[in-house]
Amino acid sequence: MEFVNPEGLRLDGRRPLEMRQLRAQIGAVAKADGSAVFEMGNTKVIAAVYGPREVQNRSQQINDQALVRCEYSMANFSTGDRRRKPKGDRRSTEISLVIRQTMEACILTHLMPRSQIDIYVQVLQADGGTRSACINAATLALADAGIPMRDLVTSCSAGFLNTTPLLDLNYVEDSAGGPDVTVGILPKLDKVTLLQMDAKLPIDTFENVMQLAVEGCKAIANYIREVLLENTKQLEYRRGL
Amino acid sequence: MLHSKTFNKKTRGGRIQKLVREVYLRDDIYCGALFCKSCEDKSKARLTATASTILVLDTNVVLNQIDLLENPAIEDVVLLSVVLQEVKNKNSSVYGRIRNLIDSPARRFVVFSNEFHRHTYVQTMAGESPNDRNDRAIRVAARWYQSHLGEAVKVLLITNDRENNRKATEEGVSAETIESYVKSLGQPALLDLLVQPASEDVIMEEVEDMRPSKRKVVYPEHKPMSEITSGLTKGIYHQGKLRVNRYNPFEAYVGSESIGDEIIIYGRGNMNRAFDGDVVAVKLLPQDQWNEEKSLSIVDEEDEEEDVHLVPGSADDAPRTSIPAPSSTSDTNPASSRPSGCVVGIIKRNWHSYCGSLEPMPMPAGRGGLVYALFVSKDRRIPKIRIQTRQLENLLDKRIIVAVDSWDRQSRHPSGHYVRSIGEIGDRDTETELVLIENDIDARPFSAQVLACLPPLPWSVSSTDLNKSKRVDLRHLCVFSVDPPGCTDIDDALHCAMLPTGNFEVGVHIADVTNFVHPGTPLDDEASKRGTSVYLVERRIDMLPKPLTEDICSLRADVERLAFSVIWEMTPEAEIISTKYTKSIIKSSAALSYVEAQARMDDSRLVDPLTKDLRNMNALAKIMRQRRIQRGALTLASAEVKFQIDTETHDPLDIGMYQIREANQMVEEFMLAANVSVAEKILKEFPECSLLRRHPTPTKEMLGPLLRTAAAVGLNLDVTSSKALADSLDRAVGDDPYFNKLIRIMATRCMTQAVYFCSGELSPPEFLHYGLAAPLYTHFTSPIRRYADVIVHRLLAASIGIYKLPTIFQDRPQLTSIADNLNYRHRNAQMASRGSVELHTLIYFRNRPTDTEARIVKMRSNGFIVFVPKFGIEGPVYLTMRGDKGGGEWFVDEQQQNIRKMDGSVSYSILQAVKIHLEVSEPKPNRPKLQLTLL
Repeated sequence: MEFVNPEGLRLDGRRPLEMRQLRAQIGAVAKADGSAVFEMGNTKVIAAVYGPREVQNRSQQINDQALVRCEYSMANFSTGDRRRKPKGDRRSTEISLVIRQTMEACILTHLMPRSQIDIYVQVLQADGGTRSACINAATLALADAGIPMRDLVTSCSAGFLNTTPLLDLNYVEDSAGGPDVTVGILPKLDKVTLLQMDAKLPIDTFENVMQLAVEGCKAIANYIREVLLENTKQLEYRRGL
Repeated sequence: MLHSKTFNKKTRGGRIQKLVREVYLRDDIYCGALFCKSCEDKSKARLTATASTILVLDTNVVLNQIDLLENPAIEDVVLLSVVLQEVKNKNSSVYGRIRNLIDSPARRFVVFSNEFHRHTYVQTMAGESPNDRNDRAIRVAARWYQSHLGEAVKVLLITNDRENNRKATEEGVSAETIESYVKSLGQPALLDLLVQPASEDVIMEEVEDMRPSKRKVVYPEHKPMSEITSGLTKGIYHQGKLRVNRYNPFEAYVGSESIGDEIIIYGRGNMNRAFDGDVVAVKLLPQDQWNEEKSLSIVDEEDEEEDVHLVPGSADDAPRTSIPAPSSTSDTNPASSRPSGCVVGIIKRNWHSYCGSLEPMPMPAGRGGLVYALFVSKDRRIPKIRIQTRQLENLLDKRIIVAVDSWDRQSRHPSGHYVRSIGEIGDRDTETELVLIENDIDARPFSAQVLACLPPLPWSVSSTDLNKSKRVDLRHLCVFSVDPPGCTDIDDALHCAMLPTGNFEVGVHIADVTNFVHPGTPLDDEASKRGTSVYLVERRIDMLPKPLTEDICSLRADVERLAFSVIWEMTPEAEIISTKYTKSIIKSSAALSYVEAQARMDDSRLVDPLTKDLRNMNALAKIMRQRRIQRGALTLASAEVKFQIDTETHDPLDIGMYQIREANQMVEEFMLAANVSVAEKILKEFPECSLLRRHPTPTKEMLGPLLRTAAAVGLNLDVTSSKALADSLDRAVGDDPYFNKLIRIMATRCMTQAVYFCSGELSPPEFLHYGLAAPLYTHFTSPIRRYADVIVHRLLAASIGIYKLPTIFQDRPQLTSIADNLNYRHRNAQMASRGSVELHTLIYFRNRPTDTEARIVKMRSNGFIVFVPKFGIEGPVYLTMRGDKGGGEWFVDEQQQNIRKMDGSVSYSILQAVKIHLEVSEPKPNRPKLQLTLL
């Protein structure tokens, strides 16, 4: 199948190096300590953060750092066909783990010993790149909750179809079976915290694709920073400062 | 820059599902006009200001009139992405051709992505069909163009859809049909390129008025697709690809998997408008109608006759002869004949364009008027095609290309349209081009992208090549090459050194083409597409560009070259002790011709090291050859001929049989050994994705003609195995010195050709190469002229661990498709070579009527087919006058394979030598043919 036509346009009219439209909203769940909705095109994810709070299960308590827990789920209505999304299946367990590890790498856990931070992410609408969208939403929610972090973590995916590196794959491109590289970075520190790919790719192409995904992450980081700044300004305004 | 819009789409994947896709509408899509002031990006702009009209094409115009669009008279065309998408879904070959037009820098075709442009995107309205929506999108885009470019140019929507045309005019877009536009151009020749609308259209009435006599139905109806599918599942119909007999266009075969046999289809009526290569549905005829064979007659219904042609090289080229009709004594066994059937429907057409010429016809009174002419394809399998033309006087003496459009039940011939003319009939360049076109050979010069992949010239071995640990320095060895005289693409060289132990070190060094042709580059793609170099009598069409073929890769004498070497240690008894594969650097000390090499070996006064090496190798080769023959390899003979060409006029001066010397056999032996060794190595490392070559064991049925001939001359051939056949061929020595060779030539043409295949597709017993009696075989030794060898080089390099295996080898379907393409190209290259030789034979005999000796090889009811050994040609000799069929004067005895006069005065039997006269005659003007007559 042709994913990039000879005119250089993808199936949805983007060019290979273009991202989908980003949208973000902070404070979607009033009860949570921090929450956010993050959209990449038609992929829409909600994240809520509770904590730092007392560890519920004492046996899991860590004495020198905070316990980070993460739960990923997909809403039953998130895809077109109404299938029940089992909670504890392999895929969501894996994504939960990936998100937890990525977030743990940036949270300053040693500042909050014997406490627990819960991150809940749910996919409201799925159209490819849910993993990246979840990480971006979680970052925003953590920032909203005021949890100390080394840096923002942002994530973006890139693929390689029709011998062209493509940024931010949507569902059609994602299910083409080509390689899909998901990268998570700490943009200020310029460090990679997440790198996933379950396909074979020659090393030189892989470097190009990964570089592209990193560029995407940086663009998302800029956007997230703007959203946070805007949010802070709003808060200032409300407090009458 | 990004505008996001979503739209809903319903698709059916078993059940109805709602899909949501984003569409990003852009404002950076440019109109592609060079004179446009508002569009910034001109890199893809082609439309010129000189043109007063800009054409926007509707889908049906692109689909039907692609031949017209390819004509340079049609320029300044805008192709909308919605049109391209529809064309792609409906006909991929037309899509490929329109894409070529867009890519060609000489043409002014631009693509406008209207579906992603902010102003031209249209949303489906409630109740609107996709077709209507697309038509509306085309109109909206045309209107946008007009308003975007202003009044300076006229934007013309070309559509043959009446509804669309009407709506466009209503909306203020100027629209025309393709016919009226072409007429307005004032070039009558262009009108010939127009495809006439399909017969169910309105124009049908006119046709009926004009030619009332033709209104009767000639062919039975094709069944509707739904009926065919249900018939196929019920087993009433059988699906398969129709293959028309190359030598008798009224006989066709459909290989059907459902009955596991070929179904024979006799006559155009039963073929029911199917063309060669069409996928058809066939119904079996009742068994009592299975014996309608008339294949024993030379002349058939429409007075088409067999031509003189080259001797077939294998069963694939040879005329298909069915099992003979049971003679009167064995009438009781009708079940032995094969099933025959008739076509009830065509599942997939294989129509493309065909080359040939118009049937001679009297010139109509008025000049330039519209006339119907019959086109006769050079490929005899294609029926005559009726075309409309306004330039008959120009086309009559030309070779032309014609495309088929339709074939309705009322007409005896399919109708088509003229595409282009190649040149004068009989002109050598025209006829050579025809041979190339017929065999789908791309003889165009290499593109700039391909040439950009070449290393800079002049090229020489650099220190980086030397330093690599991957390459062994073998420059100290005395390497030499032996090739035909005048060979410039030397891809193999040899060396032979005596070891202190008394054993020999023998090396085969093959040009290291893969060092320059890297996978995935345009150069590699082009080579893979061409598949092989094509050798015509007077020219060669290279697979790789000339600098590689003749210089960088060619292992010429006294220059350092990169090579891929297979080095054996052999005992003096030619037993292989060890085999080593390595990339190397060699410096050939001599590029010998076969004659020179032979002369050196024969001249006992010469004792220089090179000659000694030659003699040692020859001794080893003889042992290896002997051993191979003992294993059952067949020594088959071919009737290859060699032309001597005048260097000035390129006309053939002389023809002679190709002479084979010991030196040829010596080189051949080592090449075979290298191929076998490499095949073993790559198969061991990559059992799933190696490219090998196999030669299927001929079936009993294929050997039938050989056995019958042999029986008629009292020879008993044992064909149970290749070994048995080889032995009985050796024993077949008559009192006549040429007898043995004749039998071998006849055996050769009973065999099918060897084919490339991917090792993962078949089971190991099927890997057998019957002719060479080798369980494994591949092609390694000619990478300059065969792409298969390039692939094998890559496999071998990966198997010895010096390079990674390219990713393509992980994709078995793709590897199989490469192998299929190689087989196709290989076969076409052979057909082209034969065509070229046939052409030159004709030119040669044009002014040289000759008397010569010939052998009878096949009996016909009114004559026999003779083989002329001296010139390697085969053709019919008639005993009766043409037209009176058989006449009853002559009697053919199938059992004895002879033909007698009824009164018993004269009799000819198979393999008998006869004196014949060869002469070129022109029974119809401009259609020269070689005629054989008995002296």
